[in-house]
Amino acid sequence: MVKEKRNIVTPGETIVSGNEFLPGDGAYRDGEDIVAGQYGIAIVAEKHVRVVPVSGAYYPKRGNSIIGTIVDITFNGWLIDFGGAQNAFLPVSEVPMYVNKNEMREFLDFGESVIVKVWDVKSRGVDLSMKMRGFGKIEGGMIISVGPNKVPRIIGKEGSMVKLIKGATGCDVTVGQNGKVWISGKDANMEVATKKIVEFIADNAVTMGLTGMVEKFIKDMGLKVAATEAKE
Amino acid sequence: MAKNIYTKRDDGRKMTEVRPMTAKVGIVPSADGSASFETGKTKAIAVVRGPRTLHPQHMQNAKTGILRVNYGMMPFSVEDRIRPGPNRRSEEISKVTEWALNSVVDLTGFPNTVVDVFIQIPQADAGTRVAGINAAAMALAHAGLPMKQMVSAIGVGKIDQTLVVDLDKFEDSEFHDGEGSTDIPIVLTSRTKEIALLQLDGKISVDEFKEVIEMGKVACDDILKVQMEALKNGGKDE
Repeated sequence: MVKEKRNIVTPGETIVSGNEFLPGDGAYRDGEDIVAGQYGIAIVAEKHVRVVPVSGAYYPKRGNSIIGTIVDITFNGWLIDFGGAQNAFLPVSEVPMYVNKNEMREFLDFGESVIVKVWDVKSRGVDLSMKMRGFGKIEGGMIISVGPNKVPRIIGKEGSMVKLIKGATGCDVTVGQNGKVWISGKDANMEVATKKIVEFIADNAVTMGLTGMVEKFIKDMGLKVAATEAKE
Repeated sequence: MAKNIYTKRDDGRKMTEVRPMTAKVGIVPSADGSASFETGKTKAIAVVRGPRTLHPQHMQNAKTGILRVNYGMMPFSVEDRIRPGPNRRSEEISKVTEWALNSVVDLTGFPNTVVDVFIQIPQADAGTRVAGINAAAMALAHAGLPMKQMVSAIGVGKIDQTLVVDLDKFEDSEFHDGEGSTDIPIVLTSRTKEIALLQLDGKISVDEFKEVIEMGKVACDDILKVQMEALKNGGKDE
């Protein structure tokens, strides 16, 4: 757990002063000062200063895995809504199997959900790819939306929180960077329990010592916490 | 020259004193950013949605995202009911608010998109446009949009021959004795202390006008502190 106090900055506020510092994402230089250009948590690592947003919409970044829904089918690909500013495009050439261009609906139809990787972010929109392990069409289970800023807490340190949930409920939990979570398991009751746990984490995302709270929450629901390395 | 008749304010405030302020962010969980700002009996709510794709398509700008502000007073916000929907006054305030906020928000990273700012006034006691701008600035910051700095707004005025800060409804529109009242909304940027909006309703001499700007700058510092405090609490209570 991070021990030092989180330094929340507002736009226009001086984070540090001095010519030796370098402004990174969400920060800019004004004379001697490094100034926040965004509302968020200021992180000063060595001489590099950046601001990490704590609220707001999802901004796609290259390499993110996201969960989205098919909203349109064009002659050479699918348009996918992922809750961002623009729609994303998944070309036929970026799916892992041969798809007949006349029968694209056979592979992915309107309203179906996919988990895909952000391949490129351009001013016109976002390009996606599905050609890797772990990506593809979502079948079964349920998708819940928690917001992009809660994602790091749901994943936990090196996936510790996801492992904890998996161990307790036996359900697969896949987290999209855009704040959507896919829950799938054999038992519908367990899926509902998993949903409750994920929502609990989202509601308490700003709390310190969240792992302990989640463990207690799981026990209160009458489930067992698998004695894994989930403890920090 | 007639004697100055306005020497004492009705609510006992000093001439340079701002009404008690409260501010909060994150009041609308489903929005990308939201904030409320209150001064005395004036309340403003601001909600930010976006960036999102702009329709109709011909309004899109391939170079930058655009900001769209919508200001409105709720029907029950004043004693006589206000007819809901846009009117001349709300259109004007929407537009000047948009210009004021555009000077600090940087949307070049989101081409072809729009950021919608909705400002609503549930309770009005003069100074609604400045309260709206204060709330909107906080909501935009809360939405995580790139901003060079914040903006703070204050209404400064002249009642008969006295310069006063943060006029209430009586001072703004019901005081007609002596020389009457003048209202000057000022919007200042937080870091460079530049003027982002300046309007004048009434009449005032050049020397007094300069003094008004100085009074506004002092008051804006207080408002900025309240705004920053609210953002740092980040939607949590206490």
